[in-house]
Amino acid sequence: MSSKKVYWKSLDQLDESNEMVKKLENDEFVEKIPVDEFLGDEDLMNQSSTNRRDFLKYVGFSTAAATLAACEGPVIKSVPYVVQPEQIIPGIANYYATSIADGFDFASILIKTREGRPIKVENNSDASSMGSANARVHASVLSLYDIKRLQGPQVKGKDVSWNDFYNQLGAKLKAMNNSGKPVVLLTQTFASPTTQSILNKFIMQFPNIRHVTYDAISSSAALDAFENIYGVRALADYDFSKAETIVSIAADILGDWQGGGYDAGYAKGRVPKKVHGKSIMSYHAQFESNLSLSGANADHRFPIDPPSLKKVVAQIYAGLTDISLKNNLDTKLSKSVAEVVKKLKKSGPKGVVVSGIDDIAVQEVILAINNFLGSKVIDVAQPKLIRMGSNSEVIKLLSDIKSGKVKGLITAGINPGFTLPNAKEYLDAVEKLELSVAFTTKVDETATAAQFVGATPHYLESWGDYEFKKGHFALAQPTIKPLFDTRQFQDVLLKIMKSETNYYQEIKSFWKEKILLEKTWNQSLQDGFLYSDSSIEFTTSGINVIEQINKLSESNAEGLSLVLYTKTGMGDGQQANNPWLQEFPDPISRISWDNYLTVSAIDAKEIGLKNINVSNGALNGSYAQVSVGDKTIIAPVLIQPGQAKGTIGLAFGYGQRKGLQDEMQVGVNAYPFYNNFDSVQEVSIKPADGYHEFACVQLHNTLMGRGDIIKETTLEIFNTEDKEYWNPVPKVSKNHIEYEVTSSDVDMWQSFDRSVGHHFNLSIDLNSCTGCGACVIACHAENNVPVVGKDEVRKSRDMHWLRIDRYYSSGESFKADDQTKEDIDGLGDSLTTFGKMEQASKNPQVAFQPVMCQHCNHAPCETVCPVAASSHGRQGQNHMAYNRCVGTRYCANNCPYKVRRFNWFLYNKNDEFDYHMNNDLGRMVLNPDVVVRSRGVMEKCSFCIQMTQKTILDAKLAGRQIEDGEFQTACSNACSSGAIIFGDVNDKSSKIATLREEDRMYHLLEQVGTKPNVMYQTKVRNIDQT
Amino acid sequence: MASHYEAPLRKPLVTGDKSYHNVTVDVAAPVEGKANRQWWIVFGISLTAFLWGLGCITYTIGTGIGTWGLNKTVGWAWDITNFVWWVGIGHAGTLISAVLLLFRQKWRMAINRSAEAMTIFSVIQAGLFPIIHMGRPWLAYWVLPIPNTFGSLWVNFNSPLLWDVFAISTYLSVSLVFWWTGLLPDFAMIRDRAIKPFKKKIYSLLSFGWSGRAKDWQRFEEVSLVLAGLATPLVLSVHTIVSFDFATSVIPGWHTTIFPPYFVAGAIFSGFAMVNTLLIIMRKVSNLEDYITIQHIELMNIVIMITGSIVGVAYITELFIAWYSGVEYEQYAFLNRATGPYWWAYWSMMTCNVFSPQFMWFKKLRTSIIFSFIISIVVNIGMWFERFVIIVTSLHRDYLPSSWTMFSPTFVDIGIFIGTIGFFFVLFLLYARNFPVIAQAEVKSILKSSGEKFKKLRDNK
Repeated sequence: MSSKKVYWKSLDQLDESNEMVKKLENDEFVEKIPVDEFLGDEDLMNQSSTNRRDFLKYVGFSTAAATLAACEGPVIKSVPYVVQPEQIIPGIANYYATSIADGFDFASILIKTREGRPIKVENNSDASSMGSANARVHASVLSLYDIKRLQGPQVKGKDVSWNDFYNQLGAKLKAMNNSGKPVVLLTQTFASPTTQSILNKFIMQFPNIRHVTYDAISSSAALDAFENIYGVRALADYDFSKAETIVSIAADILGDWQGGGYDAGYAKGRVPKKVHGKSIMSYHAQFESNLSLSGANADHRFPIDPPSLKKVVAQIYAGLTDISLKNNLDTKLSKSVAEVVKKLKKSGPKGVVVSGIDDIAVQEVILAINNFLGSKVIDVAQPKLIRMGSNSEVIKLLSDIKSGKVKGLITAGINPGFTLPNAKEYLDAVEKLELSVAFTTKVDETATAAQFVGATPHYLESWGDYEFKKGHFALAQPTIKPLFDTRQFQDVLLKIMKSETNYYQEIKSFWKEKILLEKTWNQSLQDGFLYSDSSIEFTTSGINVIEQINKLSESNAEGLSLVLYTKTGMGDGQQANNPWLQEFPDPISRISWDNYLTVSAIDAKEIGLKNINVSNGALNGSYAQVSVGDKTIIAPVLIQPGQAKGTIGLAFGYGQRKGLQDEMQVGVNAYPFYNNFDSVQEVSIKPADGYHEFACVQLHNTLMGRGDIIKETTLEIFNTEDKEYWNPVPKVSKNHIEYEVTSSDVDMWQSFDRSVGHHFNLSIDLNSCTGCGACVIACHAENNVPVVGKDEVRKSRDMHWLRIDRYYSSGESFKADDQTKEDIDGLGDSLTTFGKMEQASKNPQVAFQPVMCQHCNHAPCETVCPVAASSHGRQGQNHMAYNRCVGTRYCANNCPYKVRRFNWFLYNKNDEFDYHMNNDLGRMVLNPDVVVRSRGVMEKCSFCIQMTQKTILDAKLAGRQIEDGEFQTACSNACSSGAIIFGDVNDKSSKIATLREEDRMYHLLEQVGTKPNVMYQTKVRNIDQT
Repeated sequence: MASHYEAPLRKPLVTGDKSYHNVTVDVAAPVEGKANRQWWIVFGISLTAFLWGLGCITYTIGTGIGTWGLNKTVGWAWDITNFVWWVGIGHAGTLISAVLLLFRQKWRMAINRSAEAMTIFSVIQAGLFPIIHMGRPWLAYWVLPIPNTFGSLWVNFNSPLLWDVFAISTYLSVSLVFWWTGLLPDFAMIRDRAIKPFKKKIYSLLSFGWSGRAKDWQRFEEVSLVLAGLATPLVLSVHTIVSFDFATSVIPGWHTTIFPPYFVAGAIFSGFAMVNTLLIIMRKVSNLEDYITIQHIELMNIVIMITGSIVGVAYITELFIAWYSGVEYEQYAFLNRATGPYWWAYWSMMTCNVFSPQFMWFKKLRTSIIFSFIISIVVNIGMWFERFVIIVTSLHRDYLPSSWTMFSPTFVDIGIFIGTIGFFFVLFLLYARNFPVIAQAEVKSILKSSGEKFKKLRDNK
C-alpha cells in the first residue's frame, strides 16, 4: 500500500488544461517570485553591506533580544538625588553630636550617618559628663529601624491624622479642665530644662493637670535621702578615678546603678600607676547578693544576703566613727568589715562608700559616711539629675487612678502597663478612665489600653536638651528625617497649647535666654554638650544617723530573698525588640535571649534544682516556681557561682509580649515582683517540672588552672618582683638549651618585613576591662555581624567577632587553681582533680578577657586554607577573602583562639532568620563599607580594615602624617574605659608602641608560636593584706 | 612406597580439584546467571539507603552546613570522620594487589579483584565528603590548580587539604587503571562466552579488544608490574597525607608526629577487615568457597591482628608522649580523650581496635568464618570511632576553655553516612553481578601450585 496519499485541493484540479494547475504541479507559487531580480543584480548585492552572514546574525540577535525582553528583569529600587544635598557625599560618613535620654540611659554620643542614614553610635569623648555609651546605647541605633515601631497617631485604635489628634485631644483636655476633672501627666525622667519649662506652661494653661515622674527602675530611696540631707532632689555623682578605696554595698557601679556611666572613671583608677616609684591602684570591696559586674571586678567580694548588707552599712559607719554598735554579723564577715573599715580610714578623703539598697535609711547613712570621710570621690555640688521618680508619688497616683480621683492620664516615654508591679490592676483602671493618652514609640501594653496613642519618634529623629548633671548640659538633634508619621511629645503639647513655636524653637530660645550665655548655639549643637560651672545651692540638714544604724543593724528577713537587678544587655527592657541586645550574652552568665533565676549551688541542691549539659553541650536549667506574696511565676534556674546563700536573683526587662516580634518574646517578667519598688523581696521557691533550654555562649566556666591564658599577679608582687617572675615568656628547649618561644632560633617561619608602612597592634588591658560589652555591640554594628537567634546560639553558633570570655576560679582564686594543677600527683589524682576544677567555686574570683582574632603573624589558619582565602596583610592583619572562601572550616579548627565564625546558613533575607537583616527597614542599619557575608563562608574580626584604610586614605589626600590615636577599630572606639587601645607599632611614639614594651604585656598562648598582633596586659589584683 | 622422606605439601590455594574450565565456569556463573531474590533484597535496601543519603546531601547543599551538628568549636565531625574512614577502607585493595604482587604472594590472586573493587568504591565514598563538607560546594573546583580568570589567584600549596586533593585523585586513578588492566583478560573471557550480541558488544568494549596473543600477555605482565611499582608507594602516601590534615595543625591531639605510620597501619587494618566482611559473604553467595578458602581468611586475619597491634602500640605511644612532653595542653587533650565526656568513644575504639583482634592469636578463632566475620565488623566500627575520637575529642576541648563545647549529630549527619554505605553496596552489588569477581586468568596460573592432585592421581591408580 502506498502511503503517498493525494488530497484534492479544489475542483479546478480536475481540469487538466488549467494553466494554473499545471504550474502548481511544478512550482510552489503561481507567479514567479522575483528572486533573481533581486539577487541577480550583482551591483546591488555588492553595494549592500548586509551579507548573508550578517543577516543571520541580525535574525539571531533579534530573536535572542526578543526572548530576553520577555523575561522579567530584577527591579532594584534606587532613587537618585534630584538635587544633591550639600553635606551628603555618597561614601563619606557624617557625624552628628546628639544625646540619648530614654528615661533609663542618658549619654552624650556621636552618630555616624552614611548617605543620610544613622548607622552607628560612638562615644562623645569630649563631653564633660556622660560621654560614654554602654552596650544598650550602642545598640539603640538598630531600634530606630525597628519594624514594630508605631508609625502614626491613633485614636481608639484607629489611625488618624495629627490634626485630628490635636483637635480631639485638645478639645477633650479643655473640657476636662473646664469641668475641673483632675488629669495626671505621668512621664519618664526627662532631665530636660526646656521640656520642664514647656510642662510648666502646659500645666499653667491646664491647671487640672498634675505632673508625676516615674522611673521603671526606681532610685527613689537615694533621691529621697539626698533631698532629706541636701534639700535638692538629685543623685550624688561619683568620680571613681579619684578613689583609693571603693566600698560598694550592693551598688552595681559598673552596671546601671543610679543611671550608670561610672565605668570609665572606675577603670582609670584600676590601672597600676607609678607614683614615687611604686605602682598604686584603687582597692575595691563589694558586698552583694547577686554576682554583678562590679562584684566580678572587685578585689574582694562578699556574697551575703540583703539583711546582712544593711548590717554591714551600719557596721562600717560605726567602725569609722568608733561608735559602739551591737555586732550581729558572723565572725568571718565582721573581720572582713573591720579590714574594709581599716582601709577606708587609711584612705580618708580618697575613700568612698556606695550602696544600691532601696532604703532611705541606708542611703542617708551612706551620705553620712562619705561626709564623715570627707570623700573627694563624691560630688554633691553638681549632682546628677537623670532620675527623678518618687515612689510615694507614683503609689499615690495609682491609688488615685483606682479610686477614680483621677479622671485622665497622659503617659510619655514609659510603659507602666508592663513595668508596674501591679500592671494588670493599673491597665484595668486605665480602661475606666475618661481620658487616657500614651506617647510611645511602639504599641506596648500601655498604648494598647490608651484611647489616644501619640506616635513619638526615635531619639535619633528628635530634638532635645538635657541637663544630665547640674551644670552639664547636652543637646540632641535629629540625624534623620522621621521615618514615620511621628511627633515629639513636646511638640504635641505645644500644639495643644496653640503655641506658635515648635519644640526646636523653644529649645533654641530657652538656651539663648538661660543657658548659652556667651557661648554660641551652633557651637553647642556641634559639640552636643555645654558645660557651665553652676552648682546647686544646697543646705545640709542633719539626720539622726545613730538611730538609723541601730535600726539597720536589726534588719532581718525570713526565708529566701529575691534580689531583682537589671542586666547589662536589657536594662529596664525598653529595647527588648532589639535583636543585637537579645543576642548579646550577659557578661556574667554569658546567656543570651533569656533571663533566669540565679540560685546558689547550696540552695539549688537543697531545693532540688539542676543545671545540665545535653549531648551537644547546650545548657538546660530546671524550672522553678517562685512566689512573692500572691504572685507566682515559673522561671528557669541558673546555678550561679557567687550567688549569696539564701538569695535568688532575677533580671528585669524580659517577658514582654506587646510590641515585640515573636522571636523576641523571651524570658519572664520580673516587674510583678517589684512591690513598693523595692528590689529585695521575700520569696518562696519550689521546683517545677521540666527543663528550660538556655542559649549560653560559654559552656565551660573555669580556667582549669591554665594561668597562662589570663596572666595575673598581685599589686605587691607587681611592685617588688621582676617581670620574669610574674610575667615570664614561655621557654622551649632545643638541643638542651632553653630559648624563649619568641626567639628566632626556634622559629621555622620566614618573617615578613615589618619595618615598612603600618603595623597594626591592639592592646587589651585586663585591669581596666570591666566586661561591660560595649565593644561587642559596637563590633556587631560596625561589621554587619548577623543575628542568628536563640536556637542557633544554643548550638554554639553565635557569630560575635569579639567575645568577652568570663572565667570563674574553681578554688578561692585563679592562683590557687594554678597551684592545684601544679600539685597534681599521678594519673589517679589528675583524673579527680581535673574533674573538680571544672566546677566553679561558690564565691569565685572572676576574670574577663575580650578575645577577637589575634591577627597572628604566623597564623595557623593561613597555612591550612586550600584556596588561600585566609592570607596575611602587609599591615599585620590576617585577611579573610569572603568571596574566595569555599568553606572547609579547616581554618576555624586550626585556630587556637577559636575566633572564626562560620555562616552555617544564609543569615540575611532569609525568613528562617527573621531579624533586622530580613526586612528593608532593618537593613538600613547595615554599614555600606562592610560586605554582608553569604552562607558557607568563614568570617572573623578584620581589625576594622575599612576604618584603618579610610584613615590612611584621608591622610594621603590631605598630604599629612597620621597622628597617634587616628587609627581606631570599632571596639577601641567604643571602649570608654581605655582597655582596648589600637594603633601602629611602627610609629615609635605611639601609645600602642609603648604598651608593647610594657612589663605587663603578654601574648595569648605565646607558646603556640603564633606571634599575635593582639596583646594583653597582665591583670593586677589589689588583694594583698595590709 | 613411603620409604623415603616426603616433604609436606603446600596447601593448595584452590581446592575442589578444579580444571581450567571449571574455573571459567565458576567465575562466569554470577555474570551469566540471573540474580536471586536475596540479591534484589540487599540491592533494594542499599539503593534506599543511597537515595536517602542523596536526599540528605541535597538538603545540606540547598540549606547549608548548619543542617549538621557542627558548631564554632567543632568544625569537623562526622564529615571528615567518614572521609578518613572510607579512605582507610580503600587501602586494602592496593596493598593486596600491588604490594603482595611484588612480594609474590600468590594467595592474593583469589581476592585482589574484589579487594580492589572495594578500594575504588570506598574511595568514591571518601571523595564525596571533602566536597559536600564545604560551605560552598559549587566552588569545589577552586581547590584545583587550574588556570583561571581570577587574576593571579592560585591554590595554597601549603595546605594539607590541597595535598589531599592530589593524593586522593592520584590514588583513585592509579587504582582504577590497575584494576581495569587486570580485568581485561577476564572481560575478554566473558565476551568470548557471551551468546547475546548486546552483551558481547558491551564486554568487548570493556575488554579493550583483548585478543589473547602472546604479545598481549607480555604487555599485560609488564604493565601489571609497573603499576604495582607505582601503586605501592601510594599505599603509604595516601593515608600519610590524610594524616597530615591533623599532624600539621596546632591543635593538641592533632599535632602528633606519629600520625603517618599510625594512620597507614590503621588504614590497612580497617581495609582488611572490610575485605573480610565482603568476601565472607561473597564466597558463600557466589559459590566461591573453593577459591576464597579458609586459608585466605586466616591470612587476612593475621594481617588484621598485626596491624591492630601496631595501632594499639600507637595509641599507647600517644598517651606516653603526651605525658612525657610535659605540655599541659597535650596532656589534658589525651586525659580528656580517655576520661572526658567522650570517654565512651575512646573506649569503644580501644575495645574494638586493640582488644578484639587479639583473639586472632588462637588458630581456632582465626579459622572460624563466623568469628572472623564478627571481628571484621567490630574492627570497622572501632576504626570509625578512632577517627571520631581524633577529630571531635581534640576539637571540643582545645586551648581556651571558654570555647569548649560538645558535638551531637543531626539526622542529616547520620543520613549522609548511611547513604554512603548504601552507595558503596549498590556499587559492590552491581560489580558482583557484572564483573568477573575473581581474577580467573591469574588463578588459573596457580591451579598446579600444589602436588596434591597428582599425588591423588598416583595413589588412586
